[in-house]
Order: sequence, then structure tokens, then C-alpha cells
Amino acid sequence: MTNPTAPILHVGCAAGFSGDRTDVARAVVDTLLARGGPACLIFETLAERTLALAQLARGADPSAGYEPLLDEMLRPVLADCLMHSVPIVGNFGAANPIGAAHRVHALAAELGLAPPRVAVVLGDDLGGPTHRALLQAALGADRLEALDIACATAYLGAEGIAQALRQGAQVVVTGRVADPCLTVGPAMAHFGWREDDWDRLARATMAGHLLECGAQVTGGYYADPGFKDVPGLAHVGFPIAEIDAEGHCVIGKADGTGGCVDEHTVKEQLLYELHDPAAYLTPDVVADITKATVEAVGPDRVRLSGVRGHPRPAMLKALVFHRTGWLAEGEISYAGPGAEARARLAGQVLKERWGDAGALRLDLIGVRSLFADDGGHTWATLPPGDARDVRLRAATSQPQREAAQRLTREVTALYTCGPAGGGGVRTALRERLGSVACFVPRDLVPAQVLFVDPDASAGGCA
Amino acid sequence: MSSASMSPVSLPIGTRPAGPDSAHVPLRCLAHGRTGDKGNRANISLIAWHPDLYPLLVEQVTPEMVAEVYCARRPSHVERYLLPRLQAMNFVLDDVLDGGVNDALNLDSHGKALAFALLDLRVWVPRQLGHRLRNAPSNALWSSAPPKA
Repeated sequence: MTNPTAPILHVGCAAGFSGDRTDVARAVVDTLLARGGPACLIFETLAERTLALAQLARGADPSAGYEPLLDEMLRPVLADCLMHSVPIVGNFGAANPIGAAHRVHALAAELGLAPPRVAVVLGDDLGGPTHRALLQAALGADRLEALDIACATAYLGAEGIAQALRQGAQVVVTGRVADPCLTVGPAMAHFGWREDDWDRLARATMAGHLLECGAQVTGGYYADPGFKDVPGLAHVGFPIAEIDAEGHCVIGKADGTGGCVDEHTVKEQLLYELHDPAAYLTPDVVADITKATVEAVGPDRVRLSGVRGHPRPAMLKALVFHRTGWLAEGEISYAGPGAEARARLAGQVLKERWGDAGALRLDLIGVRSLFADDGGHTWATLPPGDARDVRLRAATSQPQREAAQRLTREVTALYTCGPAGGGGVRTALRERLGSVACFVPRDLVPAQVLFVDPDASAGGCA
Repeated sequence: MSSASMSPVSLPIGTRPAGPDSAHVPLRCLAHGRTGDKGNRANISLIAWHPDLYPLLVEQVTPEMVAEVYCARRPSHVERYLLPRLQAMNFVLDDVLDGGVNDALNLDSHGKALAFALLDLRVWVPRQLGHRLRNAPSNALWSSAPPKA
């Protein structure tokens, strides 16, 4: 039941992707504790591809497959969060939430803490044989058959997280959930919102959207000297949302940190990875920001209001990852007079030797690379220039490892067989996963909440 | 401009706003933005530095202009969404990421840098809005002379 008098919920975010800084949670938790009142700490660590890589890691080692930096993320703050009843919610379970839950217990034991109540949210993994029919219906039998599937996961909603918190979880570990759910779940549990309270769910969803990329709302991915100056970027603080019983939020950041929160940082993140602003689709709600406004309400504090919600989609998005072969890359640099001409010549040599062995992308780093194209249109039409410090980059994707590896050898051979003065060769070869998005009926992909007891073998202190 | 570059694109002279006192300035002085990616689709936001500048964006930064900026990537469709309350626009470009993060051969497979190609677009700004620009060009740029071809 909705509780209109419930106090404001503070949600702090301490990670926006796998590989984010691990020294930021301390300031977020210190700020949550200083403000007092109900609070929650979230970690978002699953980009589109991260989970597929985690599945591969688990395939190689059944005890792996969760966020590799889990210990470093949690160790500095776990004791304080447990002591002060600040639940931790993270999708750092990745491909192995139960493994991550055991690791949380082991960490608590190492820190001399009483065993916490750790819940996992399962049900996102569609890789098992029982889900074959589901994927077949979503993709078609022929298409499915043609894919060398590495893993498949559905984006679950916030309900599993909310249920775990209502049942007293102190740490909630998930795999794939839609990123904003890490915020919506705690808000649902705290305020007692119904699953069809569309406006409130939509508001909390957009609060979660602002939080989910960590520093991207506090000055990260934003600074542009002379145009967008950000103070203290080296110690950019991570965001904290104050969410009220209506779902409206004020975005701020951890005390004593760098970065900034203003109307412009908030607008940029509000529109990040958004398509139709009238229909931001999540498993919980369809959010509509066409009437939304942002307003600075104090130093580093910005209010978001006017978000509306519409009924959630009947289907859940799922991503099917499949093996597509191998990516090979190689680079070599040229500098001084004629550098660009020599780099171009090196590219011509590669092309001539590569022949029709498959797509070959060439970039002239220092002339045009990020704004070029895989089709080679830019390379073919860019007029010759006189850049003096140029790095040729070549890339190919091949079904077979050996075929891809040939490119790395061709680039390396440019040392002695290519143009004058070529140096600094670096090559890389890695397996690739492609992804296919599809939609599955939500009724067939229910979330399951499970409480995980300390593993006796991990040496708990119960 | 028909070449394949993501270099500065100019509006046709005929679209120049009425009045002698206007300057042709980088979009970056009027607005900021960022790229997001999902699959092989990019979105690029464009947010006015000041509400007074927003109508200039709506008038001049059209989906056709944006398609031209990214023509090397062969977008199959460019959709523009207007958010007047945020003084912002959101462009959604289909099939513009060389296949997307899992399939592209490019260095920046997310397309993180792409917004800055748009911010290099040149747009007309009337002199009376010059004080709203960020890093406004010097007064010498405000003139009634037609732009160089």
C-alpha cells in the first residue's frame, strides 16, 4: 500500500559500469549517513556486452561470472551499510548471482561482520534448454538455428528487487535487470507503490536513469574545456537522488567531491541512450519525459519533475549473444615530414596484400579515424594532407581465428617491409560476440527471489 | 556538401535568417550534447545553452542537416524529437554505428565521439543573441557579408 507520509529515500550510486572507479563508494555512503534517513546504495555494472563476457568467464570457471571487482567495490562500505541499514543493490551478479552472493558472505566474514541477509534475483538467464522454445518463438526457428549462441538474457523489472527488500534483504544481487530498476525496486519497497502506479514508477525510473551511469550526471562524459568546465574532475563525485513519495527527485552528488550537477549535466544524462522521449521503454513502465522540466534548486542540486508514466509493455526485451568470429586489430605510427603519405602507403600495401579476404577497415589516427566509416567511404574520398604524426590502424573480423590473426602479422611485417620510419606496432586479437535483440512474453520469464545462506566452506563467523 | 566527411557543414546561403547582423558560428557555442548507443542505433542530444537560442536550433538543425553531417555512416533514418521544456532536441540515427558495439570494426564502436561532429555544424545567429553564446566569436565575425562558399 502506498505510504504518502514515508520520508524521502536517498539512493546513492557507486558504479555506472563494470570497470568503474572502485574508490567512489566511500564518499557516497558517508554522505548518505550524514543526511540520515532511509537510504540505499546501488551499483550498476552491466553494459550490453558485459553479461555475455561474464557468461564466457563462467563457462571457463563455474565459480566466476560475476563482477570481477566486486570485492573492491564493496569492501570499503559493506560494514557501514550493514550497520546503518543501507541496503546494497547491484546487478554485479552478472552471469552468476549466487556466486556473487557467496562472495559477499565471504567478504562479510573476512571483515568480521555478522552474516548479512543476501538475496539474489534470478530468472533473467534464457540460456537453458527450457528456454529454447521461447527463443524460437521470438526469433524464428531458422534464425535461431543459424546462431552459435553463447548466452541469452531477458531484462527483468524492479519487482524482484522490491520483493527481496520487503523481505529484509541487506544486499540484493541481480543479473540482468533494466538499469533503472536498481532505483525503482528500492523506491517501490520503501514507498509501497503498486505495480501499476505508472506515474510514480516512471518518475523513479527517470531518477534511476539519471543515476545508472554514475558520474555521467555529475560532470563525467561532459567536460569540454572552455565550453563545459568541470571543477575537480579527477575526483568527480558520484550521484545521489532524493526521491519523494510522488517519485519526484532531486539529483545531487556526494559531499566533498569534485564534479558538478547543474541543469545542463542533468539534461544531457536525461537524454542519454533515449530514443522517443514520449516512450522510454522499461520492464516496469513506459516513461514519458515530453513534459519534464529540470530546475536547479541549490548548489549541485537539480530537481526533475513532470515525468509521466504509461502502462508497461507486455513483452520483455532480451538479448541473444552469439559467436561471430574473431576481431583482429593492428596499428603502426609514422611521424615527421611525409608522415601522412607514408601512413597512407602502408594502408595501400595492406589492402593490396589483403585482397578479397574479407572486410578490412583502415583508419588514419591523427587525420580521420573516429569520424570515418567501416565502408571505406572516408578513406576513399579524404583528400591527402600533410599530417605529421599519424597512426595507421587496421581491423578485420573473420569467422576463423587463423584468418583474423593473419592481419596482425601483416601489420607487424610493415616494420621491415613497409614505408620508412614506421614504429610502435601494437596488435590485438579477440573473440567476438554479436547480439540480437528480441522480445519475450513477461509471464514466461518470472523473476525468482532466493535468499542465500553463508557458505560453510567460506568460513563464516556465525 | 556531398563529400563523405564529418567536417563542418554549412547551411545553404538561402536559409540565412533575415537581417544584416548575423554571424555564422559553431553550433558548439549555442548548444551541447552527447551520444548514446543501443545496438546499431545512436541518439545524439542537442541542448541549448539558453532558452533564447532554442528556436535557432529548431529552425536550422533539421533532420536533413544531421543526416548530411553523418552521411559517411549512411544513416538509414534520422528522427528528430523536440523537447521545448528542456530546450533540447533528440536525434535518433538508425544504422549509423558500423554495426554497433558487437559488430563494428571501428575504434569507437559506441559512437561516443559522434556528437562532436554535429557540434561542429555552423549555424546563423542574429547579433542580438550574441550575448547568449558560450565562447562567442569576436565581434569582427558579426557582419553582413555573405559567407564564403
